[in-house]
Amino acid sequence: MKLIKAAMAGTLESSDVMVTVEPAEDLTIDLESNVAQQFGDSIKATALKVAKEMSITGASIRLIDHGALDCTIRARIETAIKRALKEEVQ
Amino acid sequence: MLDTKILAEINKIPGYEHKKAFSGAFATKPTGYTAAKPIKCVKPGTKKVYSLNDILDAVGLKDGMTISFHHCLRNGDAVMKYVVDAIAKKGIKDLTLSASSLSKVQDCLLPHFESGVITRVDTSGSRSELGRFIQEGKLAKPAIFRTHGGRARAIETGELHINVAFIAAPRCDKYGNINGVEGKSACGSLGYAMPDAEYADYVVAVTDSLSDLPLDYVSIPQTQVDYITEVDSIGDPSGIATGSIRVSKNPAELVISKYAADVIAATEYFHDQMIFQFGTGGMAIATAGYIREKMLAKKYVASAGVGGVSGFHVQMLNEGLIKTFYDPQDFDLTAIKSLGTNPKHHEISASAYANPFNANPYVNLLDFAVLSATEIDVNFNVNVLTDSYGKLLGAPGGHPDAAAGAKMTIITMPLLRGRLPMLLDNVTTIVTPGETVDVLVTEYGIAVNPRRPDIAESLKGKALPVKSIEELKAKADALAGKRTPLPKSDKICGLVEYRDGTIIDIVRGI
Amino acid sequence: MNSLYRTMMFVPGNAPAKLTKAEIYGADCVIFDLEDAVSVKEKDAARDLVRTFLSTYRPDCRVGIRVNAQDTPYYEEDVKAMVPLKPDFLRLPKSETAKNMRDLDTFMTKCEEKAGIPVGTVKIVATIETALGVQNAFEVATASKRIIGIGLGAEDFRTDMRMTRSEDGQEILYARNRISLAAHAAGVMPLDYVYSNFKNTEGFIADVKFGKMLGFTCKSVIHPSQVPLVHSVYDPTDKEVEHAKQVLAVYDEAMKKGSGVIALNGKMIDMPMVTRAKAVLEYAKASGKEI
Repeated sequence: MKLIKAAMAGTLESSDVMVTVEPAEDLTIDLESNVAQQFGDSIKATALKVAKEMSITGASIRLIDHGALDCTIRARIETAIKRALKEEVQ
Repeated sequence: MLDTKILAEINKIPGYEHKKAFSGAFATKPTGYTAAKPIKCVKPGTKKVYSLNDILDAVGLKDGMTISFHHCLRNGDAVMKYVVDAIAKKGIKDLTLSASSLSKVQDCLLPHFESGVITRVDTSGSRSELGRFIQEGKLAKPAIFRTHGGRARAIETGELHINVAFIAAPRCDKYGNINGVEGKSACGSLGYAMPDAEYADYVVAVTDSLSDLPLDYVSIPQTQVDYITEVDSIGDPSGIATGSIRVSKNPAELVISKYAADVIAATEYFHDQMIFQFGTGGMAIATAGYIREKMLAKKYVASAGVGGVSGFHVQMLNEGLIKTFYDPQDFDLTAIKSLGTNPKHHEISASAYANPFNANPYVNLLDFAVLSATEIDVNFNVNVLTDSYGKLLGAPGGHPDAAAGAKMTIITMPLLRGRLPMLLDNVTTIVTPGETVDVLVTEYGIAVNPRRPDIAESLKGKALPVKSIEELKAKADALAGKRTPLPKSDKICGLVEYRDGTIIDIVRGI
Repeated sequence: MNSLYRTMMFVPGNAPAKLTKAEIYGADCVIFDLEDAVSVKEKDAARDLVRTFLSTYRPDCRVGIRVNAQDTPYYEEDVKAMVPLKPDFLRLPKSETAKNMRDLDTFMTKCEEKAGIPVGTVKIVATIETALGVQNAFEVATASKRIIGIGLGAEDFRTDMRMTRSEDGQEILYARNRISLAAHAAGVMPLDYVYSNFKNTEGFIADVKFGKMLGFTCKSVIHPSQVPLVHSVYDPTDKEVEHAKQVLAVYDEAMKKGSGVIALNGKMIDMPMVTRAKAVLEYAKASGKEI
């Protein structure tokens, strides 16, 4: 599935992650995190997993993380992707 | 506890050949006598007040010597910079800086580190730019991080020999009597300066409030002070006496504080005439607040309080809930004023407070102590010196001392900070050994050290969330999720010295 | 986890930091809120967040979910997403008529069947916040077997009734009374309204005490600091605990002997007293009293 438009979910607050997704040919993950050393690999893996589960083959996923737990990361990516798949209501 | 290979590496460093590894909180039995100092003789009417440059000549400060400072002016200190600037101008170098601790404000000394004026450091804590410099391994040899009691011990045994002690003196008379409760830059108790004043070869008072008449409140007597120099300002009052430490308003911290108070009240250590210490910080004050309520309900009073003092402790002292206070450090104006006026508020030296090698340090009186931590592990070892990346940000301070002296030691700590668990298999840096730590209180539950089945028994049937330390760790790990272990440098940049002089851990490079 | 419902703490469903910390404040039940605490633009985000959170962690207390009202575009997705997670209950705002409750019940049954969960697992708490709702309180409370409690939503009720708000809540007295009555008549929990001025500790305690007098056994709260205050009001006194122990002792004795009339201090003991005594001891245990 391909994204229709760019979309965003989450916030820059502590324990949250701001996820921005944009349509793209391939699947790329770009991560900025204050705990990148310990959790960078795990966050990127979660992002890839969620995209795969939602059958997204092409998207540029950017994450700005402030110590969000795995379930939060997963939720925000899901929300952003769903928003990016939604047709605008005219 | 300390790896034998690491100890071997330490012993190869000139000056550290005799360092031993930590082998138990009370394992070391000292022998011998305290250090001696030069015998002085001063004719009546001798002038003591001179310019700093003249004093540096008079004391014969030379390359390679050890100079010392106290940190009672905290983040408002201006004396260290003033003195070291003057020393640098004279072309003196390769000095050892012995400070009772170093704060962010001492980043101003960085140029002197870089230029080689100061090449060795011993302190309690280090942070910010100086911390980074130390962890880049740029000192001539690894820094030594001591507890408050340990530094006093090192000075008194002669292990730490100070050539010249510079004592920032909020109030000083022309004879050399010093106190910290008067003057425009009052800081309160000068407890951390007293061992230096007693044992250094030369003692120099640096004051911005010189009195022609002898002081009536004397913390450091004229008999110990060789020279005095006057400056416009020894420091910034707003950095010295920060506004009173407020009770934490963070709901999660209040949960921890309430649990800590409930734990204390359930044990035999909460009784009429008890003796306690509450660490500094919003959570400790909140815990003290809950304990105060329980004391009022049961009509208990504390026969004594020990440790650093802020407005809240003074309030309890004035209410008669604490009968007397033994104080090595004051944090705010209320505490400073109380020290200067209340005969039940006593100034004590760092040595009296926490030196393990005297006839009874005041920490030994404690029924319980409430302390904090950056990290703790499943064996109850505590880190208060570095963060989880191994970066210097705190100090042992009186932590290991109070933990060893208290009958019950309670650590209040959030289980996670953000996504990072603070309860680990192994702490990044061991500062306080687990054998002296009894209870961990977090917002998700309470764990009792298996060494203390008596405390575990007291907590039964009190509707407190008591769990095993492994359960708490599992909770932390479940919340945080899988993490990549952080790489550790092999470079030894600092030695973490236990209060008895043994090495309990190292500070690695970053 | 205890089996009491003294406190229900509302937690905004779109605040990750608050979700993870919800259980530490000691509330008997946390309610993850998808309704008023979440802005219209973020209803989807809140739903996703609560869903992924509950799929991974289960707080050590009861969990309810406040879904959006039936007249919103979010209601269906909320119920569909939340039922499979087996929360203890869904809390429905604007519960006005028996039909509201039956419709929700039927919808939940479909979701449970689809998820392979035994039908009836997830319960319902009805929030009554309109004049019509208060008028129909008993009908609402008895409309479905899933209903375990009904509560008053004071803010919206006042609006619907065009009331002027007072600090001590005298204008909502009748509604509180009516809801407590209906709940007890229906055999479900009466939930006392949210007292939103959490900084006014004295006012809050007085309000909780008054609610207890009216028969409320549960208080909805919005701030952690309110939890221990509610428990201190609802928890039995030492005297009440002693009395409860005596009642049960006499009852057990009588059961053993098989005697017909049971009396304590010259007063007859009937089943409601025994049930009440057992509840008192359970409250006491949960609050850490030695019994």
